[in-house]
Amino acid sequence: MSFPWAKNYEPQQPLMKWLDEKLPLPRLVYNAVGAGYPVPRNLNYFWNFGVLAGAALAIQIITGIVLAMHYAANAGVAFDSVEHIMRDVNAGWFIRYAHMNGASMFFIVVYLHIFRGLFYGSYKAPREMVWLLGVVIFLLMMATAFMGYVLPWGQMSFWGAQVITGFFSAIPVVGEPIRVWLLGGFAPDNAALNRFFSLHYLLPFVIAGVVVLHIWALHIPGSSNPTGIEVKDEQDTVPFHPYYTAKDGFGLGVFLILFVALTFFSPNLLGHADNYIPANPLSTPAHIVPEWYFWPFYAILRAFTFNFLWIDAKLWGVIAMFASIALLFFLPWLDSSPVKSSKYRPLYRIFFWVLVADVFLLGLCGKMPAEQPWVILSQIGAAYYFAHFLIILPIVSRIERPLPMPNSITEAVLAKHADASSASATA
Amino acid sequence: MRRVLRAQTGRPGIRANLSVQPCKGNRMASETSLNAGIDDGVRRRDFINIAAVSFAGVGAATVVLPLVNQMNPSADVLALSSTEIDISAIQSGQAIKTSWRKQPVFVRNLTPAEIAEANKVSLGDLRDPQTLAERTKEGKENWLITLGVCTHLGCVPLGAAEGEPRGDFGGYFCPCHGSHYDTAARIRKGPAPTNLVVPPYEFTSDTVVTIG
Repeated sequence: MSFPWAKNYEPQQPLMKWLDEKLPLPRLVYNAVGAGYPVPRNLNYFWNFGVLAGAALAIQIITGIVLAMHYAANAGVAFDSVEHIMRDVNAGWFIRYAHMNGASMFFIVVYLHIFRGLFYGSYKAPREMVWLLGVVIFLLMMATAFMGYVLPWGQMSFWGAQVITGFFSAIPVVGEPIRVWLLGGFAPDNAALNRFFSLHYLLPFVIAGVVVLHIWALHIPGSSNPTGIEVKDEQDTVPFHPYYTAKDGFGLGVFLILFVALTFFSPNLLGHADNYIPANPLSTPAHIVPEWYFWPFYAILRAFTFNFLWIDAKLWGVIAMFASIALLFFLPWLDSSPVKSSKYRPLYRIFFWVLVADVFLLGLCGKMPAEQPWVILSQIGAAYYFAHFLIILPIVSRIERPLPMPNSITEAVLAKHADASSASATA
Repeated sequence: MRRVLRAQTGRPGIRANLSVQPCKGNRMASETSLNAGIDDGVRRRDFINIAAVSFAGVGAATVVLPLVNQMNPSADVLALSSTEIDISAIQSGQAIKTSWRKQPVFVRNLTPAEIAEANKVSLGDLRDPQTLAERTKEGKENWLITLGVCTHLGCVPLGAAEGEPRGDFGGYFCPCHGSHYDTAARIRKGPAPTNLVVPPYEFTSDTVVTIG
């Protein structure tokens, strides 16, 4: 793995030498996130978000295991057991709020991580596999977050479960039996709650496993960088430790400050008050919305209000929603431009920001009720989303004339440094 | 006994073959030479291998069945599949919400105006063409019994209780994704693909209905 000039692990103490012979775990860590992993010298703070996502996963697993010690996955008592955690369990309120807001923080850093990849072309060869595994992690996260949201068995939990399992009933012929099979009943009830709890506990560990593959695949070509130019020799890199452990440590500090600020000062900001009402199978809340991180996809789901070709609106909505994520699997091959970084792609850069705006628009549409003007806006937003990946991106990557690029990472860094020093000299 | 002897003598044969023709080599050549020594053309070890792996495969596939089937509704869930409802107290124009198989059920006593409105619609205008008569029992056309489960993604539509919005067509309105149902609970507007489902039911007397 990695570059020929990577530092070699040489244990000094007898105990570490002994351990290295029997089980070279310290060697693995050294080569993965220690001085043995050379990293481009020019990474900016957008390269923090992978580590932050890992930290968020760890926080979710730790708080989640603790919550499972106090929670009861039974439709009769689930809601009460969550209230018991909030009111009676020592520091239970803190652990639950940390888990609840930890999910939001996890998605925030993962979305930034994904858009970092889109802006700097991190999905391109030779890192396609890193990207593909990332999309798998994203899908697993969505499934985990959804099932976790069902567990408190409030109104939003129940109706979220009803609506999301309802997606499957859109499949012709076998859809309804699949839905009943997934729920273990004709509507969400005890069977569904129990299996969601079981899977909600399992999937984070599956995510952790795919994260290991994601990092493994990353460490074969090595990290990308803001110029998008591949590492050429030793002067382009610095060892991961101490340079990026320090930089990531600083980022982690900022992340944790924001995290605890949200958890302590506004723990219900991103939640829905309706979920503090126990589940009622006979009454749907007037305005059901998923958690914020699903809004853009929810808007795409609701954008189809008309039958089209021979497929009905409901199936179209479900297909479009799943396609909007599945599309990401094809991204490395939809963008044929050999230039990675948007820094040198004047045309793509514009469309990147339009896509960001479009996703925010879709998010807003997903939050709002299914009324005008939100329906037509979500139709426009959804159409643009697909057009970006399927039409604009392939065309742009063919007609665009990239800006002149430096020969190496070092040249880019030194040029920037020279600019900065001459600017300060004139000032 | 003959067979065993042949199988044993087959081995040196392979080696000889390989050493004589190293480039042609590999499995094909060795198998041909081995099979040449056996009358039926099947190696005993191949047979045992295929039989053992097939048997293990069938076993694994059989174990998947209960693992998949355990996800289906259990016996106690299925046991809730029949519900009796007393409809004597429902006035004309009123509706009640009850529950069957843990799903909401709407029982509506249609007014003559609502029946007339439902019958006025031509079937060609409907997404899921059905007449009111097809959705009710003969002689009981005023009793519209449907699941209160939107056929889009399963929310409970509004309109059964007093004062709830009943949508553009005077029946039910689903607030989740904006599906409108008419007075016969047929889909008229919005994303839902089909009419509200009429569950299987019988009038056990003039005032009692058994659903399921």
